[in-house]
Amino acid sequence: MQTKVKEKFSLSSLFMLILFSVLAVLMLFPLFALFLASLKPATELFRYGLNVRLDFDIMSLHNYRSIFSGKGGAEHYFVWYKNSVLITVIFTLISLLLSSMVGYGLAMYRFKGRGLIFTLVLVVMMIPVEIILLPLYKLTVGLKLINTIWGIILPFAVAPMPIFFFRQFALGLPKDFMDAGRIDGCTEYGIFFRIMVPLMAPAFGSITILQAMNSWNNFLWPLIVLRTTEQFTLPIGLASFVSPLGSNYEALIAGAVLAILPILLLFLFFQRYFIEGLTVGGVKG
Amino acid sequence: MNRTPDRAVYPRVKPRNVLGNSQKIAPYVFVLPFILSFIVFFAYPLISAIIMSFQSILPGEVKFIGLANYRHLWNEDFGTALVNSSRYTFWTLLLLIPVPMILAILLNSKKMMFTNFFRSTLFIPALTSVVVAGVIFRLIFGELDGALMNSILHLFGVPSQRWLYSSHLSMLALLVLAGWRWIGINILYFLSALQGIPGELYEAAEIDGASPFKRFAKITIPLLKPITIYVMTISIYGGYAMFTESYMLWAGKPSPQNIGLTIVGYIYQQGFQYFNLGFGSAIGVALLGVTLAVSLVQLTVTGMFKKED
Repeated sequence: MQTKVKEKFSLSSLFMLILFSVLAVLMLFPLFALFLASLKPATELFRYGLNVRLDFDIMSLHNYRSIFSGKGGAEHYFVWYKNSVLITVIFTLISLLLSSMVGYGLAMYRFKGRGLIFTLVLVVMMIPVEIILLPLYKLTVGLKLINTIWGIILPFAVAPMPIFFFRQFALGLPKDFMDAGRIDGCTEYGIFFRIMVPLMAPAFGSITILQAMNSWNNFLWPLIVLRTTEQFTLPIGLASFVSPLGSNYEALIAGAVLAILPILLLFLFFQRYFIEGLTVGGVKG
Repeated sequence: MNRTPDRAVYPRVKPRNVLGNSQKIAPYVFVLPFILSFIVFFAYPLISAIIMSFQSILPGEVKFIGLANYRHLWNEDFGTALVNSSRYTFWTLLLLIPVPMILAILLNSKKMMFTNFFRSTLFIPALTSVVVAGVIFRLIFGELDGALMNSILHLFGVPSQRWLYSSHLSMLALLVLAGWRWIGINILYFLSALQGIPGELYEAAEIDGASPFKRFAKITIPLLKPITIYVMTISIYGGYAMFTESYMLWAGKPSPQNIGLTIVGYIYQQGFQYFNLGFGSAIGVALLGVTLAVSLVQLTVTGMFKKED
């Protein structure tokens, strides 16, 4: 950055600055409009649609108040919030543990079947999961996991993308450390947990973000698995506010803002991990 | 590095007798989670999908009906879904590769200021879930005069449109939604590839008298090829797997004349609304065929197979 600032300020930099400023405003605009709408009564939304009129006479925290007090059809909102947090935490932890093990195993050992297993990881990555939606649903019913958090978590806990990423990362780990660990009496698993996991910390950061975001925003599978309102996650609950029989916009808009908020805050603090996590697939190799 | 055991401090100990602690068995323990998950949650359902696609499945009554499900694919709804998904995929490819690539090249240029700030800002829409994005864009493309897109049209003297009732206009709405959520991510992909190009390459070319345009055409473009192929591949899969965007835009109900019906939407409708599990599986298998065929064409055209040799 420092070297860039020293460059001569030219007409083309000014042009690019304007271009990107306009783009940035366009990109943030929908979120800003959503936030403004959350402060206004739904009647305004019906009359004028989503807009950015600043009218302080009608703006209030009413919509948030009704969500927090569980009124206006939003009595389950914080149950959904709790479900989403719970599922995201458990899913991310399991996914980190298992996919780091698999990625590490594939990278650090030579063993029979290694090539085959890695190929299978790539195959799973290449086939859209939507194809097996119906049999997976039948299986979940058979395992009695329908309408449970495990029904949402287990089928996707060992995902190919994190495995691939951990493998790529582990390929760069020093193999000498394994021998050093063995000489000092570490078991193979001790080497992994005590020596290698700390060395893989950046990869854990990226995958945490990738998986937590996937889980927090996941829609199709929870829509299929979850049956009762008390079990809904946030996206399913929010979508249930939008119904063919008329939507509950006040709870919907304010609820949507509250759903983005934690991610936005985390993003401000852990930008680097977000950027790496969401572009995990682009790693060289 | 401080976690490395210090040989001077710790005496040499024998490896504890942990189950399967040998270099022969340990790797299998490490990859076991994948093997189990693959068998239970991937291979088994995939084989079931193929078997189910030849069956008629009613509660308590499952029978093989040969190719009937596949013959039934030859109907108007599936055709509509296939065309809609293909159109969406085509346009997202056309929008979400060149635009982010150019923006990334601009962001990466030496003359650009605040690169990191813009990179982060353009990325923020990617943080929102499709559900929330769908809610926003459903309102932006509302049919009321006051809805945002209509008020923009009014500025140009164009009357209000019923966006979500027309095939072309609703495709535009879907593309704006996709562009909003994905441009920032794809910029990151291209930017990380650009930042991986060693500066010496450009310096050497400059010394050899290559013009800026020539440097761009002979260095930047070829070195962006792998990431472009990657972005293309995920866009094709994302395009054909699209469901939530259209589900949210039309509030979970069927779109007029099925203008928003996608292949996955059709699987959802047949499987979970009509409980037609056999036919739904056949649609799934057809989707597998379509995506494999499209990627095969894409990888052949882009010369991915040649490069691997």
